[in-house]
Amino acid sequence: MLEQLSVFLENHPGRLAHLCRTLGDAGVNMRALMVADTQEFGVVRIICDRPQAGKAALESAGFGVSVAEVVGVEVPDKPGGLADVLEALGEDDVNVEYAYCFIEPGMTGAVDVLKVDDGRASEVLESAGYRVLRPEDLYVPDDDG
Amino acid sequence: MFQPESEAMPREQLEQVQLDRLNALLARVYDRVPLYREKFDDAGVRPHVETLADLADVPFTVKDDMRANYPYGMFAADRRDIVRVHASSGTTGQITVVGYTERDIHNWADLMARTLACAGANADDIVQVAYGYGLFTGGLGVHYGSERLGCLTIPISGGNTRRQVQVLSDFDVTVLACTPSYSLLVAETAEEMGIDPRSLPLRIGVFGAEPWSENMRVQIEERLGIRAIDIYGLSEVLGPGVASECVEQCGLHVNEDHFLIEILDPQTLRPVPDGQPGEVVFTTLTKEGIPVIRYRTRDISRIIPGQCACGRTLRRIERITGRTDDMIIVRGVNVFPSQIEQVLTGIAGVAPHYQVVLGKRGSMDTVEVHVEVAPDLAFDEVRELEALQRTVRGEIASALAVSIDVKLVEPRSIERSEGKARRVVDLRDTEGA
Repeated sequence: MLEQLSVFLENHPGRLAHLCRTLGDAGVNMRALMVADTQEFGVVRIICDRPQAGKAALESAGFGVSVAEVVGVEVPDKPGGLADVLEALGEDDVNVEYAYCFIEPGMTGAVDVLKVDDGRASEVLESAGYRVLRPEDLYVPDDDG
Repeated sequence: MFQPESEAMPREQLEQVQLDRLNALLARVYDRVPLYREKFDDAGVRPHVETLADLADVPFTVKDDMRANYPYGMFAADRRDIVRVHASSGTTGQITVVGYTERDIHNWADLMARTLACAGANADDIVQVAYGYGLFTGGLGVHYGSERLGCLTIPISGGNTRRQVQVLSDFDVTVLACTPSYSLLVAETAEEMGIDPRSLPLRIGVFGAEPWSENMRVQIEERLGIRAIDIYGLSEVLGPGVASECVEQCGLHVNEDHFLIEILDPQTLRPVPDGQPGEVVFTTLTKEGIPVIRYRTRDISRIIPGQCACGRTLRRIERITGRTDDMIIVRGVNVFPSQIEQVLTGIAGVAPHYQVVLGKRGSMDTVEVHVEVAPDLAFDEVRELEALQRTVRGEIASALAVSIDVKLVEPRSIERSEGKARRVVDLRDTEGA
């Protein structure tokens, strides 16, 4: 499982910039960022190199932040690649709450991030032949904190 | 019951006692206190009533009257008959001074003995009085009542929490009297000291002097393993001993043979029917030192209709739900923002920090309550946050009896202030009117 930062943001000009600047000043490097928004507020989800340090920096800047566990899976870079992954989960009745993708330099495929409530997700993906990422594939967990 | 002949007196008889005492009081203050003579004369009111309902025509007393007559101007007894004074803390202005005759002190001890007995205490109990002793009425008020009831009384006063815990544990204390928030600090400190407060003989908490919620009661009762009893009083009327919960814990019995209570609509200042919320107004029926006539407490409560299972005939008021200073009127409904806090403490995922923003949509008042999400964001899915928003909206709307909108805002984004938080922002007069 990977650690993802989830941050509550009100829809105000400059809030997302402030969030990114706070992480930047703390020396935290982002890999991926996704915003889920409603009319009034948004939830920003971030994969970064040092999630615990990022959480501490955001907390002390006053953000509402939590660390969520998500599944990161390497997806072959070809048409239908992501569909294959999701079908594998669907066949086993694993429901996906949300998903987004990013490219990690040095990997042959894209990385798909999946929020699932089902503990079987990693197992299902691995038995279907996919590479499920470990924290050390993206960051050095011991360096964090 | 400490004084069953008074506490369970038939209502008809009680009302006759009240009427007799009220007339004696009106005559006495008219005779002895220039302020009352002036007020009555200005209003064209005689210091006599035919029925208790006639009291509605008698002028009010407010805190400013006491300030203006500082320190002794409202005393109705000779200075040489006053044996003690107390004073209010004066958080909102100049301190106010109250005086007691020997008989006042005697009655007060009786009323506090009633309060402790009402909470379930008896002469076998060991009472730790952790209210402050001094000008504040809390410490000495509880102290005299505890002795009157025959309890072993520990006058430890407030502060030095580690010593409080030590005494609580070493002296086999069974009753703790302090503010509700301090009881939680005591529990926390005990745990830090490696003492499980639930393992102590402590069985009753007598808590007052600040507003607290039902949720807080549950928390205190669980952490300390006690029954937590709400008591009510204010120095201008007496100090503690004006009203207290019994073991049924469903409202505070008002000591009506000593204090005449009225609940008034804060706008019209006319009495509301039993069960309706309004401003609590007291007339002291027996006090000699500094009696008050129709003293406006600014506290909001309501009479709980019906008879209590404990057998007392004294009517009950609900725990204080707010202050008239905080009251807002929305679409004709009186709304007390403090009720919102109580709702929020019971909902996971939000912090009990809020701000009420009043606006207008056409001719209609709108209410938007801004609520901070908890700093350790409990949900990261939009639909769960939206569900949280709906829960908060539903629960606040049902507590206030007014439909509202809820906006979730970021942690610590609502301004904090050292003193009174600015809970209400009223944009109704400034927006596109």
